[in-house]
Amino acid sequence: MPMDDAILSLQGVGKIFPGVVALSDVSLSIARGETHIVLGENGAGKSTLIKLLAGIYQPDAGTIAFNGAPYQPKTPHDAQQSGIRIVHQELNLLPYLSIAENLMLENLPRRAFGIVDRKALNRRAMALLKEVGLEIDPRTRVETLGVAQMQLVEIAKALSYDSKLLVLDEPTATLTPPEIKRLFAIIKRLKAKGVTIIYISHRLHEVFEIGDRVTILRNGRLVATRDLHGLSVPDLVRMMIGRDIADEFSFDASIVPGKVALSVSNLKRNAATPAISFDVRHGEILGVAGLVGSGRTEAMRALFGADPKLDGVVEIDGRPVAITAPKDAVRHGLSLLTEDRKGQGLLLDLAVDKNITITDLGKVSRHGLVNRRAESAAATDLVGQLRVKASSIEQAVRNLSGGNQQKVVLAKWLFRGTSTLILDEPTRGVDIGARREIYQLLWMLAAAQKGIIMVSSDLPELMGMCHRIIVFSKDRIVGEVPRSAFDQERILSLAYQEYVRP
Amino acid sequence: MSETSEPLVSAPVSPSRAKFLRFLIRDAGVLLALVLITLFFSASAPYFATPGNALKIFVQIAINTVLAAGMTFVILTGGIDLSVGSVLALCTVVGATVMIDESLSPAVAITLALLACMATGAACGFLNGWISTRWKIPSFIVTLGMLNMAAGAARVVSDNSTITGLPQSFVDFGNLIIGGFLPSIFLVAVLVIAAGWFVLRFTVFGRMIFAVGTNDEAVRLSGHNPDFYKVAAFTISGLTAGIAAMVYLLRLNIGSPIAGVGYELNAIAAVIIGGTSLSGGKGSIIGTLVGACILQVLSTGLQLLGVGDNFKPIVIGLVIVLAVILDAYRERLLRRIR
Ligand SMILES: Nc1ncnc2c1ncn2[C@@H]1O[C@H](COP(=O)(O)OP(=O)(O)OP(=O)(O)O)[C@@H](O)[C@H]1O
Ligand SMILES: [Mg+2]
Repeated sequence: MPMDDAILSLQGVGKIFPGVVALSDVSLSIARGETHIVLGENGAGKSTLIKLLAGIYQPDAGTIAFNGAPYQPKTPHDAQQSGIRIVHQELNLLPYLSIAENLMLENLPRRAFGIVDRKALNRRAMALLKEVGLEIDPRTRVETLGVAQMQLVEIAKALSYDSKLLVLDEPTATLTPPEIKRLFAIIKRLKAKGVTIIYISHRLHEVFEIGDRVTILRNGRLVATRDLHGLSVPDLVRMMIGRDIADEFSFDASIVPGKVALSVSNLKRNAATPAISFDVRHGEILGVAGLVGSGRTEAMRALFGADPKLDGVVEIDGRPVAITAPKDAVRHGLSLLTEDRKGQGLLLDLAVDKNITITDLGKVSRHGLVNRRAESAAATDLVGQLRVKASSIEQAVRNLSGGNQQKVVLAKWLFRGTSTLILDEPTRGVDIGARREIYQLLWMLAAAQKGIIMVSSDLPELMGMCHRIIVFSKDRIVGEVPRSAFDQERILSLAYQEYVRP
Repeated sequence: MSETSEPLVSAPVSPSRAKFLRFLIRDAGVLLALVLITLFFSASAPYFATPGNALKIFVQIAINTVLAAGMTFVILTGGIDLSVGSVLALCTVVGATVMIDESLSPAVAITLALLACMATGAACGFLNGWISTRWKIPSFIVTLGMLNMAAGAARVVSDNSTITGLPQSFVDFGNLIIGGFLPSIFLVAVLVIAAGWFVLRFTVFGRMIFAVGTNDEAVRLSGHNPDFYKVAAFTISGLTAGIAAMVYLLRLNIGSPIAGVGYELNAIAAVIIGGTSLSGGKGSIIGTLVGACILQVLSTGLQLLGVGDNFKPIVIGLVIVLAVILDAYRERLLRRIR
């Protein structure tokens, strides 16, 4: 691609953090109007690259040119002024403000005396939300939203400004097919208008639909920049991790589910939601499918005691148990890996090891004193098993890459080792290699007769992993599909069911 | 689990080096400030660098250090305790009332007084914590209420007068200077700091205090009850207010309903100067001790320099603000290093 056609070009860019070279000698040029995919394992340096463009970090080496001129943003504001809009991997909304306020924060419509024009605000917000397919009152406070909904708000926010370059860092990690379809339609429309797009994802199958070229990073170095046309998923994987990996899913038919481990009957969150019932057996992986906002996460949270519930009986190994707070659930042998790792899963400023042992400090302490050696050993073990990339187990979790943070959340519940695990988007943002390791780990847990409930927006993942899938639609469980009858179309149409019906 | 991936690229700052830098920035920074301020006054203020003055400083920081130790727990969980000054006042009159009871032998009276002080303080702290967690009210408001209630209670208990006539053995212990350099009340303060340091650093409870201050929702979803730790932190703060009241009695030998006015602000200042973050989750109790020292050294040094009572608070106020600004920088530096 000729250089004069480039909207963005990086020359020998490097970025160093203590203990890690996040980027080293990256030279790349993005052509005007193309959709450029960036791939790489967790911790490869993708988000760091984006943060350089955003003005969050400054490069330690190399130069960046944007639109033919040197580009050295000092703050995110500089980046916006230059016409670069970024949807970051981590969500950055203000939880106590409404969706509308978040969307228009930098440009609130005003009347005389600087008074916010609420009507105009909500009207414009509504239009933006409609575009991304989030049909929800724009006056809703952001803290009440699910992660996928927040993701859509972030996307809508980026779309509310005209930009020359739009960067999307793992926008689809929590989205389900209809939202992804809509997002891709938006991307294609923007592209037709001449907007350049940089797109990062770990869902390798989806990138072919929108991408023109692909750049692959490994350990902070640029491996290759290629035309996406003519490449296949295995090609991408090989470039990303330097080797082939076998079939992504290795469903182990030898694991036969046993007795019911956890059963939920007539769980009612509040007066407006229907009662739901389901169960999971020992040694079974139960998939939970549904669209964004279909009430999967909410049901799991209510069951776990994280949110209040109105009614319902939870039985563990046939015995009814009273769960009014997460501590009851944990005591009775349940774990809940929450979808919102930053807000609900991690102690961002504490070290990796302290994040892992928080679920069961008793295991690494004696007479109320923490045994640091035992703690380090346990954490090191799990960090190794899940291949968490960190400079040491004493690194603050905040400084890990998104996928590696996700692995820490999983590690903390593996450390607790409860008999039933509820995993809400356990592989969110995790790269393809590590995902496979997580799948194998889940199989090991199932073989050890643990009951596993897996909520995922990634349908192929559920179909690869689960014995059974239950489908949520508008807070209701509309169907249960056994493995023998797995079929993407069928599950999707179940997921839509309550929304299309008048 | 699988073939090893490529080794991490070697990097300029190794983890152990990062650990050292972290220590330098977080703890050594305040210590360095203390040393510099001390050197400055030693060179410029007459009588500052004398053993007598050093002793005086040790005596003077004892009360604030004890209060600030408990305050550190509260601030680490993300709360604030504005009531410690008047809780201290209440405890001094309760303790003094018990101690002057003629029917008891001095040893028994003193022991009972100590227990009464600690129980009263802990009860006030528990109420603070319980009310603010039970009804989800900011601790700022609840402890402001307690500030007034405890002050009122102190007046009721003492009938609005100072209480004197403490046992002679008690007064003597308060004046004791162990080995000619260690005032007994400073020793008490150091012991309280040491206990706090041990708890925060080595115990499961201490770990939970930090965790709750970092992200209480994550702690809750990990199967704990964060409110328990918040209430405990306030109770500890009340308890140290009770101990500080005993130190007050040892030093001034009177129980007074108007003792402790404004002490809460000094305690908070010591904690903040010592590097504990007001938003919770970050800080150290050793820093708090150093922070208390800095405040007192400044105050004494300025006085010896002849800076009038009117200007002194201005300087000290500036230092507090400066400390918070530095804290923001320190955070930024630390983020780069971890
Ligand atoms: N502020 C920081 N301080 C220290 N190390 C950091 C910091 N930010 C990122 N890193 C490290 O830099 C490396 C690259 O991280 P980056 O977030 O760019 O990865 P990524 O490719 O986006 O990964 P993922 O797919 O998991 O999102 C990681 O090893 C990470 O731990
Ligand atoms: Mg990333």
